[in-house]
Amino acid sequence: MIRNYFLQTLTVVVAFIFTIRLLELQLINSNYNSQSHNNAILKSPVFPERGFIYDRNNKILVANQPGYNLMVIPENTTEFDTLELSQLLSITYENFDLKFKKVMRFSSKIASIISEEISKEKHTLIQEKLWKYPGFYFQKKSIRKYYYEVGSNFLGYTSEVNENDMLKDFYYQSGELIGRQGIEKYYENYLRGVKGKAFYQKDRFNRIIGPYKDGKLDITPIPASNINLTIDIDLQTYGETLLKNKRGAIVAIEPKTGEILALISAPGYDPNLLVGKERSSNYKKLANDTLSKPLFDRGLQAQYSPGSPFKVLNALIALQEGVISKETSFTCNKGHFYARGVFMKCHCNIGTSNNLISAIYQSCNTYFANTYKSIINSKSSPSDGVNNWKNHLTSFGLGKYLGYDLPIGQQGFIPDSNYYNKQYNKGSWRASTIISNSIGQGEVLTTPIQMANFTAAIANRGFYITPHFIKSIKGNKKIKVFEKNKTTIDSIYFEPVIDGMEKVIQNGTAKIAKIPGIDVCGKTGTVENFIKLKGEKIQLTDHSIFIAFAPKNNPKIALAVFVENGYWGSRWAAPIASLMIEKYINKSINRKWLEKQMLNGSLNDEYFKPLSGKSFNINE
Amino acid sequence: MNKPFIYRLDWIIIFCYFFLLFFGVINIYSSTYNNEIINTLSSNNLIGKQILFIFISISIGVFILGIRFRFFQQFSYIIYITSIISLIGLFIFGQTINSATSWYLFGGISIQPSEFAKIATALVISKHLSSFQADIKNKKTLIIGVLFILLPAFLITIQPDPGSAIIFCSFFLLFFREGLSFNYLILATLGAILFIITLLFPVNYIVYLITLIGLTFLYFLKKYNPKTKIFPYISLGVIAIIFVFFVNFIFNSVFEQKHRDRFNIILGIIEDTKGLGYNINQSKIAIGSGGLTGKGFLQGTQTKGNFVPEQHTDYIFSTVGEEWGFIGSFSLIIVFVILIVRMLNQAEKQTNTFRRIFIYAISSLIFFHFTINIGMSLGLFPTVGIPLPFISSGGSSLLAFSLLIFIYLNFDANRLNDW
Repeated sequence: MIRNYFLQTLTVVVAFIFTIRLLELQLINSNYNSQSHNNAILKSPVFPERGFIYDRNNKILVANQPGYNLMVIPENTTEFDTLELSQLLSITYENFDLKFKKVMRFSSKIASIISEEISKEKHTLIQEKLWKYPGFYFQKKSIRKYYYEVGSNFLGYTSEVNENDMLKDFYYQSGELIGRQGIEKYYENYLRGVKGKAFYQKDRFNRIIGPYKDGKLDITPIPASNINLTIDIDLQTYGETLLKNKRGAIVAIEPKTGEILALISAPGYDPNLLVGKERSSNYKKLANDTLSKPLFDRGLQAQYSPGSPFKVLNALIALQEGVISKETSFTCNKGHFYARGVFMKCHCNIGTSNNLISAIYQSCNTYFANTYKSIINSKSSPSDGVNNWKNHLTSFGLGKYLGYDLPIGQQGFIPDSNYYNKQYNKGSWRASTIISNSIGQGEVLTTPIQMANFTAAIANRGFYITPHFIKSIKGNKKIKVFEKNKTTIDSIYFEPVIDGMEKVIQNGTAKIAKIPGIDVCGKTGTVENFIKLKGEKIQLTDHSIFIAFAPKNNPKIALAVFVENGYWGSRWAAPIASLMIEKYINKSINRKWLEKQMLNGSLNDEYFKPLSGKSFNINE
Repeated sequence: MNKPFIYRLDWIIIFCYFFLLFFGVINIYSSTYNNEIINTLSSNNLIGKQILFIFISISIGVFILGIRFRFFQQFSYIIYITSIISLIGLFIFGQTINSATSWYLFGGISIQPSEFAKIATALVISKHLSSFQADIKNKKTLIIGVLFILLPAFLITIQPDPGSAIIFCSFFLLFFREGLSFNYLILATLGAILFIITLLFPVNYIVYLITLIGLTFLYFLKKYNPKTKIFPYISLGVIAIIFVFFVNFIFNSVFEQKHRDRFNIILGIIEDTKGLGYNINQSKIAIGSGGLTGKGFLQGTQTKGNFVPEQHTDYIFSTVGEEWGFIGSFSLIIVFVILIVRMLNQAEKQTNTFRRIFIYAISSLIFFHFTINIGMSLGLFPTVGIPLPFISSGGSSLLAFSLLIFIYLNFDANRLNDW
């Protein structure tokens, strides 16, 4: 009987074993599914083209150009001719080997970049031979193209994400671009769009043989948005040209809207330096230039003493507090004793009596020292006086972040009673102790954009709109509403001060800034400054500063110009500011002689002085 | 007996047969599909050839249904000799494909005589074992039977196509059915186990182990039954040890590296998913990724990407597994089980020994192919290049198995006739 059923039994046993094995492979072990996916399906991201950036007049600033990344999934590679591939990529065998090992260490399953931003021509050449290298494939991507050599400070740049970025935001995968600084970083989500996915069927030679499931699983990308900036690229370019061979910043704002028309930091650099294969070496060069600091945005990050332009703010506060009136006058004798035995110099002649307006256009130190004292002493204690004073300044956006749409900046500094109580013993300081604040030299620090902003607030007679760079985002995307900030000064008090600022150009310290046909209001500044050199505090040539807005009625532009070590305000800053105003309002320059003088002027000798190691004279 | 012939046909087997043919065509279509519509009527592609051979098989098959079984019995020697000559003739006229000289070329169609040698051998064994004085317990009958099997197996081995030769082992199953002592089977099984152990462990350890087990066994045997003769057991032990050395020698000195690797991969001694183990690994991935219901017809990504080599022939089961999932694979296994078990049960009802043994031979052949082929696709057996009957593409195999099925249908339908 056994013999009659032997083979039947055997057949059933074998079938049973097969069924168990099938259960194991198909239902219990889920590994095989993913292995088959890795094997046969290529999941390829589809990147929407990164958004373009235009200026306020729809001139294109940033667009894209094609570049190719050679990617590798180490797990999928077989033995390959490393030498040939490294030659194709024109890198040394050793470098290639190093790179490949690094990639292997990172992950053998995840795609990594072997060589980035390969040009179109080279890509074609390598593509022909790529079939020999399973596991390697090209990823087409677009890289940035800049149409102007300016604006790198606010445009920022893009580069491949690194491991940190990928850990921070799981959206990103190796090889993708991310905005690194400036607009590219701040508006990253709009500029990049949302990538989609495409699935492809591969064969065993790793060739794509068609869409997987007819593309049913593909996810279409959400296109990126183009954006318009408030920048006027012609004005920006002009400003950068004017600041050639100088260090400093220009910030120009449209007062009515808070739109930033130009943000110039000198020295700057060509944004095209930070595109393509040379990016990292170029970046290193820029970062290593610790003397002129091209990566440091002086317009947003540099904190200077504001100097004489600060006087107009003190004048406004004094008027609001009622401690002076338009007619109040003080006598100046080439300066005055502001306390027993301490004298503050001034360039007024002996016996000059200044009222508010003449004090502004003569920039009389004596007048504003007295005014400041009155401000501080108008309250029951110096502490209250200082805090009240600070409160007014804060309403102009000083001593705090302005809230503009770029990722970098500085707060500047406005001292309060706590600061002085720490600095001196409590109760042992008075208005005269902190008198330097009256002329913008003391502890007060401001950034150029804060200066431009308070100038805009003056031009608006009492408010400012948070300065910003974004004008519009294409595709009906609403942009953030930038709020109107009211100052603590009533609008009636602005008129006498603005009259004084007008006189500065008409017959005051900045006659050189006069533009025929345009009513410019401004204020010069000459700021003492020091550096520490080998542990010694050394005074350098003064900074040249100018703030201005124009025209007086219905102002179109407000700006602040800083020229480091440019000596007095009307030497560099005032002419440059007036040229900027002329350029923006008239679109052309009539005063060619002044333009030529500014363009050709160089302060490189001045900047070399402290480095020469020899003793040197300042302010000459 | 009195019923018309058509009612006497075994429709269960016919159903299984057509199911397998249909399923086979679908899966060959899928594994050769290249995103283009394949012209199924052109004999220039595999699918067209397969369909052509299905028609040829059925045409010849219908003709076979009308032949008296006596014809097969009487002509079995002649058929066998013709078959042997055709195998020998290969060495002169044969066509070499994939380094094996196993084919005759007739106007674009290649014929593999080893497939038909299976029928011839089945016939001659059935004739031999059913002859008047035959008794398998008789040494002479056994030896002649073994020689009938070994002759074609040898000729096929030296083609070289050892995979097809292994199939001839299936005929030994007939001997056991006909009364050969199961001790031979136990011995063969022990031999196989010893063979695998020898590959896994160093020889000297195995010798120690055999000696230890043997002596312990003898000790207890002597203790409980002092009259036991120990000589046969000692000689068995010695033979086992000699066998171990012999296997070790064969494996390391006679086998080629590729044969060794096939065993090593299955036994897990070497892991190699890129090179030699590639086929099996890819086959496992394909089957494993099918899940419960499979990816669907023409949707297998492994299949489309041609990751599994020889997928339309030896590894056709991986397509089944991937595209039809557990449900499809399991159904296929069940159909094979029905086919084999049904034929065996019907064989037992035969009154004529020749016919019974022959049907038994058919079942054994299908069983061997089924076990080895699917076992290989599932990664349970080393790579052996044999087709899955009725499913794999390949004209000779399809025709030979179809002929066997039709002969079975003939024998079974005429079970109560004696003509």
